[in-house]
Amino acid sequence: MTHIISLHVENQQGVLARISGLFSGRGYNLESITAGVTADPTVTRITLACTGDDAVVEQIKKQLNRLIDVIKVTELTGVPSLNRELMLVKVNAKGAQRGEIFQVADVFKAQIMDVGHESMTVELAGSPEKIDDLIALLQPYGIAEMARSGIVAMERSRKSEN
Amino acid sequence: MKRSGAQLVIDALKAEKVEIVFGFPGGVVIPVFDALYGERGLRLVLARHEQGAVHAADGYARSTGRVGVCLVTSGPGATNTVTGLATANFDSVPLVVLTGQVTRNMIGNDAFQEADIVGISRSVTKHNYLVTNRADLGRIIREAFYIARSGRPGPVLVDMPKDILIEESSEPLPESVSIRGYNPVSKGHPLQIRKAAQALAKATKPLFYVGGGLHIAGAAEAFRRVEEVVDVPTVSSLMGIGILPSTHPRFLGMVGMHGTFAANTAVQNCDLLFAIGTRFDDRATGDLAKFAPHASVVHVDIDPASISRNVAVEIPIVGDARLVLEDLLPQAVKPAHGQWVAETDEWMRSHPLGEIGGNARLSPTVVIRTIAAAFPDAIITTEVGQNQMWTALYYTFSQPRSFLTSGGLGTMGYGFPAAIGAQLGNPHRRVIDIAGDGSIQMNIQELATAVSEGVPVIVAILNNGYLGMVRQWQEVFYKRRYSGVCLERTGRCPPDCAKPDENCPPYAPDFVKLAEAYGAAGFRVIETREIEPALREARRIMDRPIFIDFRIEREANVWPMVPAGAGIHEMMNA
Repeated sequence: MTHIISLHVENQQGVLARISGLFSGRGYNLESITAGVTADPTVTRITLACTGDDAVVEQIKKQLNRLIDVIKVTELTGVPSLNRELMLVKVNAKGAQRGEIFQVADVFKAQIMDVGHESMTVELAGSPEKIDDLIALLQPYGIAEMARSGIVAMERSRKSEN
Repeated sequence: MKRSGAQLVIDALKAEKVEIVFGFPGGVVIPVFDALYGERGLRLVLARHEQGAVHAADGYARSTGRVGVCLVTSGPGATNTVTGLATANFDSVPLVVLTGQVTRNMIGNDAFQEADIVGISRSVTKHNYLVTNRADLGRIIREAFYIARSGRPGPVLVDMPKDILIEESSEPLPESVSIRGYNPVSKGHPLQIRKAAQALAKATKPLFYVGGGLHIAGAAEAFRRVEEVVDVPTVSSLMGIGILPSTHPRFLGMVGMHGTFAANTAVQNCDLLFAIGTRFDDRATGDLAKFAPHASVVHVDIDPASISRNVAVEIPIVGDARLVLEDLLPQAVKPAHGQWVAETDEWMRSHPLGEIGGNARLSPTVVIRTIAAAFPDAIITTEVGQNQMWTALYYTFSQPRSFLTSGGLGTMGYGFPAAIGAQLGNPHRRVIDIAGDGSIQMNIQELATAVSEGVPVIVAILNNGYLGMVRQWQEVFYKRRYSGVCLERTGRCPPDCAKPDENCPPYAPDFVKLAEAYGAAGFRVIETREIEPALREARRIMDRPIFIDFRIEREANVWPMVPAGAGIHEMMNA
């Protein structure tokens, strides 16, 4: 299954290479990796989506923790968390198809970002599953191009005092 | 007071109480070598190849417990350190390797002698740095030493562009180091230690399994004190040799592919395996599915990533081995294990290590036993292969930090430069590299270093004219198809040669002449009765290295042997 791991790391050159190198060097499966600076400009937050059985994921977390530049490792699988991804998809669309695609996009609360002569581009931010669903619905029209950001994730706030 | 980056490097090394820098110069590190010129507080040892410099620093570090330091140039100088870094990284050896780099404005331009050594060395170092600001240089070097020596130690590489080495600045060296992503634990959890003590007290077939972590933690004394109380049979990994004296009545020997009968049998029959500072390497465990089938496992290690990785652990303890053992000592109770001790004694008695070879030529095991008798307290290094396994099995070690060998990476060419480093760090002990005729040639150029430094390292070459361990595998598992292993091969030999004969050249090369060409002493030993006099002669020489060419049985094997993929009780014998 897919595990979501959130990292706080030093905002320094080469950190992303250390992390991706750890996955390739040790043969771990990395599905997506996203990185961006946090409110503290010296800290970058990285979200990893990876697959493996429990023992492998445990080992991945331990190995990540060994990296000097990694400040904190948090697993977000199994805890209430927000998992979001951004997708841009360029769909083949002519004539009447445009209206249909507009309707599908509307149901998903996706945005139409660009309309051209033979295609249109839809933007959707949401859970990876929701994005998969939209892709499935758009597939019959023909997907000319697609870009997904990879997951960014964060633990949800507590809903009561304890 | 303003000082150059290069001068700051020297001042930082002195602040870390570094005694020796193993190095090799080149274009971009000339500023640091210039700052070393005339320096009396730091000894510069010029290796003849950067790999030799790193292994020498490694041997210095393993034998003294201090951080080993190297200084090399960019490009090929830096890439030549990679095998040394990987060797040290695998065996948790604290090193700081300083590399020069081309000037910052040239980085990425494919400049002369440019290599992305930070990228190249990332997976074979504990951590590495490219210094991009002069203001960071002092902090980075201090961090490098702290990271190298703390937690699970390892090599740290610092890549320093030439313009930063030249730039003047007045900031002081930072007094202390704090890295927010790096806080190694030291004390073990008291509750876990109590559980371990209880498990040990009620075990009927307990077994200690000691590894290299005990040497690193300086825990041999603490372990011996616990052992005095509990009197539990003990096996060791290759790296754990010397934690208990080899002659200790409860020491069953090394475990694993070439482990002793008693050690392997004890692991397969114990009900509690109490492992300390070892990572359950595949050469030690054999087939994991068959490993220690009746045992619950206690595992003490400073690296959480080593625990429960290969073997499921009932009682994990993350911590420094010495501190954990000191906390364990007051709770340790001798278990009711008399019958088990009698059993392990019987395995020792019924399966002693016999002499191997010695028919047509010398027995390697007789050579090693004679060395052990002549030099009982030596620091021993080895190369990799048969020489390494015979030494592990037949030399009798009494002290910790006295057996230096490339365990994890298995680096041929490690032993000789490591012996030079160990000798420089331990001027009052004898240092002996037990080598093979294949391995010794992988860093033979360090003879020049040893001669010029005047170090009396003894190199005992177990010369069988083969890359012996691979030949042994080919003999046992590949129907004697001796492919690419004969070191005496000539153009006249048939392509399917499967045995030595009278047409083999006498010397390939002549190690006695070779030693003499470098200014070292060289002896050849052909007869068993010559072994001891040659060692006595070597003992008298204190000002230069000594090569002894022991002409051993060409097809002697290491026994016992567990085939790859089998359980460690499935031992083959001669």
